[in-house]
Order: sequence, then structure tokens, then C-alpha cells
Amino acid sequence: MYRYIIKRILFLIPTVLGVVLIIYFVMNITPGDPARAMLGSSAPQADIDKLNHELGYDLPFIQKYINYIYNMIVKQDFGISYFTKQSVFAEIWPRYVVTIKLALMGVVLSSIIGIPLGIYAAVKQYSLWDTVPSIFAFLIAAVPSFVLGMILLFIFSLKLNLLPSYGISSFSCYIMPALTISIPPAAMNLRFTKSSMLESIRQDFVRTARAKGAPENIVIWKHALKNAMLPIITNIGLNLGMLIAGAVVAEKLFSIPGIGSLIVDRITYKDEPVIIAGTILIAICFTIVMLLVDVIYAYIDPRIKAKYAKMKG
Amino acid sequence: MNNAMKHSEISFKKQSQSKEIWRRFKKSKGAVIGLVMLSIILLILLFADVIVPYSIATKQDLANKLQGPSMTHLFGTDSYGRDVFARIVHGGRTSISIAILATISSCIVGSALGAIAGYFGGKIDSIIMRSLDIFMSVPDILFTMAVVFALGANFTNLLVALTLAYFTNYVRLVRSQVLNLAELDYVEAARAGGSSSARIIASHILPNAMGVIIVNTTLNVSKIILYESTLSFLGLGMPPPAPEWGLMLSEAREFMRTSPHLLFFPAMAIVLTACSVNLIGDGLRDALDPHLKS
Repeated sequence: MYRYIIKRILFLIPTVLGVVLIIYFVMNITPGDPARAMLGSSAPQADIDKLNHELGYDLPFIQKYINYIYNMIVKQDFGISYFTKQSVFAEIWPRYVVTIKLALMGVVLSSIIGIPLGIYAAVKQYSLWDTVPSIFAFLIAAVPSFVLGMILLFIFSLKLNLLPSYGISSFSCYIMPALTISIPPAAMNLRFTKSSMLESIRQDFVRTARAKGAPENIVIWKHALKNAMLPIITNIGLNLGMLIAGAVVAEKLFSIPGIGSLIVDRITYKDEPVIIAGTILIAICFTIVMLLVDVIYAYIDPRIKAKYAKMKG
Repeated sequence: MNNAMKHSEISFKKQSQSKEIWRRFKKSKGAVIGLVMLSIILLILLFADVIVPYSIATKQDLANKLQGPSMTHLFGTDSYGRDVFARIVHGGRTSISIAILATISSCIVGSALGAIAGYFGGKIDSIIMRSLDIFMSVPDILFTMAVVFALGANFTNLLVALTLAYFTNYVRLVRSQVLNLAELDYVEAARAGGSSSARIIASHILPNAMGVIIVNTTLNVSKIILYESTLSFLGLGMPPPAPEWGLMLSEAREFMRTSPHLLFFPAMAIVLTACSVNLIGDGLRDALDPHLKS
């Protein structure tokens, strides 16, 4: 068991290096150089070459990549923003916290909305508790999250004037953005939980449990749900990508100072260091959460436990 | 008729199998509704120029801006006085052609990699799968943003970005299909008969994995339609003034209070298209694999 976890944690290292490589490589395709971006198009060529040299821009790609990794890990230095001329890390960190907070709310909300509804829909199949939420989930799968956000904004801010439409000054500011990012994954969770539960309910061991006289509650919660839980947890992990995409949209729509809206804004200014650093930080967080999902999975799934127990012995 | 005979009949007469799938597909009401809806949408987009000329979609008329739906402007006008109906009809062409092309290209790239990984196994498999794991650690939206930033936003680059974001699903899907199929007897027989690896993959394994691939591809079209509109909303899609659904919604944001119709019509266009594609996808899944039907 521990071997599995250690193995997964060790895999984190090549993953982070690879992620940085991919993003760094893609960003290197962009035409233009940092000195030109910082000094403006009217600066003399000699100054530009000098600054490029100081920044290490004229080094070969691999050398630059290694330097970047070194600065990132050893000094927590992500370079200087072309746009604000300030340390990228200082600028990004507070926004990073906001985004993570939003994404966490999304994970929690989408799970507590989607999973219980899915279980109930499977238990009461073909009843109103099944059809109404299922139809809703089907429709939501066809609505982009920014449209959902705009509908919420229209109803709760413009028409009812209940919730603030932008900023993060109070807790109520988080309600609409958190709903916007959690409704699509909640619908996914519902559909997924329902099909997973339906499959589990039809298994032989559930019939056995009923046959030996276990009360319906125990049959559903202990026997059926426990087995249906594995794919549901995987699905929560898979939803993370959706949540991050949703967070970018919600930050933009509700003017929240998070990392997603920062990246989108700086794309217009070609502020490469901020874009690279922001993308890398989110990707690293994403990787860590995926790792946690895998570890939780290993704890629940007796097959993985058994596999590694055997290897030890 | 015994089972073996039935089976051989199916594998020899291709026609009867597609007929059988069509018969099962027709049984599902939702799937038929989806098919009819999508056909109507595609016909409208195909004959967009006959319905309203493209020039109307971009013609500005500031005197008549932000008008509600009326007889002259069926869906009203936007903040530049452009006809919303014409913009939706022409905008759909860009959105849907990008979605279909990106789906096809990501399917081809992903299926090829998945088939190679699954069939050869061993080192090749672990190199492909480990690289894929790393690749998938970058959330799609960030990767697409980086690519669009690096290459610039136009039709081809968007296609590349969307392909890169969506091919990963196919690699896993096709690999697991191939792993299951590669152990079956008929693949063994083909190998014993001296068929090359490429031939076994192309003519024995992939056709049998086709059902799952088709269902996934259909459902992906709707995902990409939504994703592409999200990119446009973030300002990373097709550059204005070209009409495009996501872009129209993004522009509608400022005028939401006074002109909600600007929000309503493009949103309905996206939702109806994505819904009909999803209905078809669900219908196809049930038709192709009756076991999965719940």
C-alpha cells in the first residue's frame, strides 16, 4: 500500500518537469522577445540585445528550460512581468489562493448536489425523483458554463438584486461564481452516480444481501453504494479539469481577481512570464489533486491494496 | 437458428448489421428527435446564404441598434445594429465546422496512438501512456489558452488547439478496446495467417472497436461546440467581426439588462445544437451496444 503511494508521489517529479517543459515549449513558439516587449518597439537594437542577454534569452532552449526550473524550485522566482515589471510570483500568489478557494467550493458543491441526487434517482428509478433531475442534468450538459453564469447574473443581480455581480468583498460574492462552476460537474456527477448505482444495484451480491434479510437501508448504503463509489470518485477527479475551465470563466464573468482571469487579461499584453507561471502553478495543483484522488482510490479499492500487499510478501 | 449461425450471418452481411442498428436507433424517441433537430440545423447552416446573405450578418446600422425581435429583424439587432438572425445563421457555420473538424482530427490522432500503444504493449505502450499522463496534467483550458496565445487565434490554430485538448480521450479509449480485442481468437488467427501488425490493427481490431469510438465521437462534437464557445467568450476564439455564437454571447454581456434577447438567441442556438447531438449520441450508444442500455 505504501509502496503504491510512494510510487505515485515519485511520479510527481517527472510530471511537474514535463508539464513545465510542455508549457515552456509552447510559449517559446511565440514570436517576439522579452526585451522588445519590455522596452517597447522604439528602443535601439543594441539595448534590446543587451537586455535579452542579461535575461538569458539568447541561450539555447534546453539551457533556458533548466535555468527556469532551477529558479522556480530553488528561489521560487518566476521572473519579472513584462507588463507590471514586478515579480511574477508576488503578483500571482494572492490570486492563486482565490482560484483554489473557488475551485474547492466547486468540488464540494458539485459533489453534495450531484451525488445524493444520483443515488436517489437510481434507487427510485422511473419515479419523478429520477426523471426530473435526469432531464435537468441532460439539458445542463448542453449549456456552456458561462451561459449558466450569465443566467444567474441576470436573475439574481439584475432582476432580483440579491447578490453582488462582481468582486470578492464578501462571502455572498462567492455564491454565484461557485454555483456557476459547480452546476455542470454536478450534472455530470448525477448522471454518473446514477448509472454506477444502477449497475451496482443489479449485482448478485445485492440480491444476496436482500435474500439474507438485510434491511433496505443497509442494502443500499452499505452494499450497493460502497461498490458504486469507486467510479464516482474517479469521476470527481476527472471533473477537476472542468472545474478549472469553469473557474477561468467565472473569474472573467464575475470580475474575480483569480489566476484564470489574470492569464486571460495578460494574453492581450503578451505578458509571457505571468502566463507561463500561472499555467504551471495551476497544472501543479491539478497534478497534486489527481494524486490525492489516486491515493484515496487505492485506500478504497481492495484490488489495488491486494496487489501491493502481495508484492511486499 | 442456433447462435453460431446467427453470428456468421452478421459478420458476412454488413448491410444487415447497419440495418439492425438503424432499427434499434429508430426505436428511441429522443434519438429521432435529436436527428431531426440536427438535420434542420445543418440544413439551415448549409443553405445560410440562401436564407440571408452574409453581408447582412456584418452590415452595421447604428440607427437601429439594440432593437427587440420584430418582423424586419426576426431576432432583433445587436449593439452595432447588425441583424441577430443573420449572425446566428452564419455564425453557426464557423462554430459547427470547427467542432466537427476538431472532433475528426482528434479522433484520428488519438485512435492511432491508442491503437499503437494497445497493440504493441511493453515499452512503446509505457512511453505513450506516461507521456499522456504528463500531457493530461495540464488542464485542457490552460493548454488551449497557451496554444492560442503562442500561435494566434484563427481557424487553423483553433483546430490545432482543440485537437490537442481532445485527442487524449481517444488514446485511452482505443487502447483499452484494443487490449481487450487483441486477445480474441480472430486476431490470433490473422496473426497466424501472416498478416502484418498494421493490417491487423487497421482491418481487424479498429473496425470492431468502431462502435465505442463512434459514440464517443458524437458526444465529443457537442463538448467541443461548448468548449469553442467558451474560448470565444474568453476572447480566444475567432477574431471579430466574423459572426460566431460564443462571440455574440460575449458581446451580449454588456447589454444584458436592456436587451436580454441578445443573450437568449445565441444561447438557444448553442443549447439546441448540443442537445440534439447529445440525443443522437445517447441513441447511438443504445443502438450499438444493447447491453449498455439501462
